[in-house]
Parts: sequence; structure tokens; C-alpha cells
Amino acid sequence: MTGMMIRNEATVASASWFLASARERLTGILDPGSFVEFLPPSERVRSPHLAQFDLPAAFDDGMIVGRGRLDGRDVLVAAQEGQFMGGTFAEVSGGKLLGLIRAAIADPDLPRSILLLLDSGGVRLQEANAGELAVAEVMRAIVEARSAGVAVVALVGGRAGAFGGAGLTAATCSRIAISEQGRLGVTGPEVIETNQGVEEFDSQDKALVWSVTGGRSRRLIGGADAYAEDTMTGFRAAALALLDSPPPFDLLTLQAEQERLAERHALFGACESAVEMWGILGIADPEAVRDMDDAAFVAIAAGVKGMDHDAR
Amino acid sequence: MTLDDILANLFPAGHDVAAGPDRLILGTGRRRNGGTVQVIGIADGEPLGIAGVLPLAERVLRVIAAGDGAPILVMVDTCGQRMARRDEMLGLNEYLAHLAKCLRLASWHGYPTVGLNYGKAAAGAFLATALATDILVALPGAEPAVMDLPSMARVTKLPEDTLRALSRTTPVFAPGLAAMAEVGAVAEVWDPRQPLDAQFEATLANVPGHDVRDALGAARGGRRLTADLVRRVAAQATGGAHVAAS
Repeated sequence: MTGMMIRNEATVASASWFLASARERLTGILDPGSFVEFLPPSERVRSPHLAQFDLPAAFDDGMIVGRGRLDGRDVLVAAQEGQFMGGTFAEVSGGKLLGLIRAAIADPDLPRSILLLLDSGGVRLQEANAGELAVAEVMRAIVEARSAGVAVVALVGGRAGAFGGAGLTAATCSRIAISEQGRLGVTGPEVIETNQGVEEFDSQDKALVWSVTGGRSRRLIGGADAYAEDTMTGFRAAALALLDSPPPFDLLTLQAEQERLAERHALFGACESAVEMWGILGIADPEAVRDMDDAAFVAIAAGVKGMDHDAR
Repeated sequence: MTLDDILANLFPAGHDVAAGPDRLILGTGRRRNGGTVQVIGIADGEPLGIAGVLPLAERVLRVIAAGDGAPILVMVDTCGQRMARRDEMLGLNEYLAHLAKCLRLASWHGYPTVGLNYGKAAAGAFLATALATDILVALPGAEPAVMDLPSMARVTKLPEDTLRALSRTTPVFAPGLAAMAEVGAVAEVWDPRQPLDAQFEATLANVPGHDVRDALGAARGGRRLTADLVRRVAAQATGGAHVAAS
């Protein structure tokens, strides 16, 4: 019995974050039995708008919010289900996330840490205005939470990535963790190809897509603050490491971010490819970044300057 | 109204605001009371990319550092974020979020921020600019949208006619000013036949101290659920597990 349980726990711990559902990720990252959900599916809070598009609704609208413990620390959590409507921001999903963050601002007795398990293509087009506005409200709430001393950490490694409003939301947080499979950006490759042509961005070229928006490139240029192995333990360790000493939300931080982003533009503005950027960063064999294992990547990344910063 | 007409009408006491060759709007306007207004923005439907964000954000940070508390006006006519492989490769999400954060920081430091949508406004560029202000107003003819209907039809794989018919009955996804006002994104639509400077002063006097867009959407009927969901989540979070929301 005991042996079997240990094996099950080991299986959960090493399960792929990329392939897991939002609920599996919450179970995998939080201390066993510690998760309490707010507005759980039993309350049947679902989108009233999908029916007119002949689309099925979900009793959590693809957004799970609640609280739990991470290695004994109390945390608030929100997880997007990327397999339901692409994890999109909509009226209900956005309202639930907004409620969680505003609760943390209003009640100092609530945990001073929020984990955002992002897995989202951005705004749900069937509820475009409500979704867009929800992102704006969430971004505003995140900076107010940060000003109130709450650490807000984004975890990016799901199948939908974090694009559109989710990409902006991630960059509004105190810190970002990303895995190799994690993708972070604004406009997805397919949309760029549709609008600008295949010569601008070939969305079928998986290696190209990965090098432009993928986790390793984001980490190397300072677009993410931690690199997580694609497992429950990997993201758990990354989240724990990022929760302490988040950058304050103030003028000095944003002046430093201005400088950081201006410098990135100056350094890489003429680059045609991510491999060129990695070469400028001093990586001896930039072509090899793609195929090396996580341990080798972490070792190489450790020598890159400017990757770790408080300018967010 | 053209940008120049709007600016002349907004600042009869004078201004040096202009759109540069990069279509970025930068400058200072003079109020009737002798005070100043710092103006940033983007003109002529130009997409907002990383090169556009940097000067706008830098101006906002300089205003905050100067410490005079002058209001900031964000004028927006942009078709959306720049869709380019290079901008994505350099982390456009960080640049757009940075501009939004700078505007939020300005508010935090006591600088009232007003967004003025006088042309297009869409997607990520909308979030980085007008939707990051304390209060968003628009002029008639403004075209705020997340995505136009033909593009929306492509992505959702629904016929454009179906979307057009639905957009007449629900503001929740319909592109356009009326729908954006109903959901609470646009607080006021100014009257171009009346002096804009007086309307700007009236808007400034009405800048809310907290985010009222969920309440506005509920009151106008275009977004009925958000304010209630926020309250229910907070009640359960604060009251412990599974406290029934009353």
C-alpha cells in the first residue's frame, strides 16, 4: 500500500505541467489537501453568452480560483483551463480572477501571495468586450495588489501559452516562471501569418515559433525570471523561489524596467533570429540551445548577464 | 475631427502637442486655469510596437519624477499592437505592459489620467494605453474594438452575417463605441459641438478614485455579472470556505 502511494505521488510530482489540466496543476503544486476553491463548479457559475454561439458552457468557465498552501505558506491561486475555450478571459472567468485579486487588496488577513497559473490565448472573442475589459481590470488590480505588498507570480507552461491579454497580464506580475514548452507573447504566430503573410511569420515552422515565443528565449533575454522543469515539482520549486523578495511596484522599479527594455531594443533590435540574440548574449554555441536538456540549459543560462533583475 | 482640430479645441490657451513622423503624440497643453496637461498618444491608426512604447513610457516616467501633479491625457487612434515577428521576439508583451504600468503608477502618484479615444483602438494597444487610464472618454466616430467582425468571423469560424446579427442584440462582443460604453469601458462620450476644454475639465473633476468599470457595466446593463462575481469571490475568500454569498 505504502509503496504504491509513494509511487503515485512520484508520478504526480513528475507529471507534465504542459499536458495537465488546470485542476491537476493545482493538485500538483499545492500541499496535499490544502486547496479550497471559491465559487466551485457546484455553484454552477457559467458564461451566459456561449449558448448563442452554440458552444457548451463550463461550471467554472475555465477559471479556478481559491486558496491553498505551498510548502506550508498560505497562497491565493488562480488557474486557467487552456482546454476550455483556450483558457480565455471572458465575463465570468475574468470576474472570478478580478474578485480574487481585489479580495487580497481589501483584506490584509488574506495570503500576501498570489499564484497565477496562466494558460490562455487571451480574450474570448465571443465575449470580446467583456474579456478585454476584464484584462484591463485585472492588470490594474495586480499593480494595486503589488503596491499593497502582495507578491503576484505568473506560471507559464500550458498548452495555450500566455498570449494577448494573458501575455500582458504575465508582464504586469511581480515575477514570471516559464518552462521550455511555455510560450509567452501578444499576437500568436497564426494571427501574424494571417495578417502579415507567411514570409513575416511561418506558423508551421515549429522551431521558429519556439525560438520566438518559447520559454528558453524568454528566460535568456530576461522576459521571465525563472526557468521551470515541465513537472509539478519543477513549477512548485520555481514558484517558491520567486515568492520571496518580489520587486516593489514603484518609480525606481519602472525606471529600471524602462532602461532594461530600451537596452534590449538597442541590443537586439536588428536581430533576425533568436539564435542571433543568444549569440550576442555571449552563448558560445547558440544553435545548441534548442536541443540541450534542461540541466545543460540551466548551466549555460547561469552565465548570461542581465537575465536576473528586479526591473518588472 | 482631425487631431489638430481636437487639440485646438481642447487647449484654446495654447499647446505644443503634435504627432511626430512615427505617429507618436507628445506635448504639453495649457489649461485655462494656467496649469498644464501632459499629452501622450498614438495617431492615424498606427500600430503600437516596441519602438513606440519606449518614448511614451519614458515621458510618463519623467512626468512622475517631475512631481508637479499635472494631469496626463492619453489620445488614442491605433489599429492595435504591431504584428511582427521581431516585436514578438523582443517581448512585446513586456513593452505594452510596461506602458500600462507607467500610467497606473502615475495615477498612484496622484496624477489623474484621462484616455481619449478619437479614432481606432484595439487589442493589446488598447490595454497598454486608453484602458490603463483612470477614466476613458471618446468622441463620436471613435471605433474601439477588440477585433473587427471579419477577423472575428475567421477566428471563430462563424459566418460574418451571424456575428453581425448577434452584435445588434448583445454588447458583450460587438465592436464599436456604443458596446464599449455599455460594458463600462468608455465612461463618457463627449459632444464635439460643445467646447472640449470645458468637457475635459468636467471629466477631470469626475476622475474616480478606484476602478468603477464593473459597476458602470452593471448599471448600463452591458456587463451584468462582473461586479457581482467580484463581490461573491471576495465574500468566500474573506469568510473562509464555502460561505454562501448573500
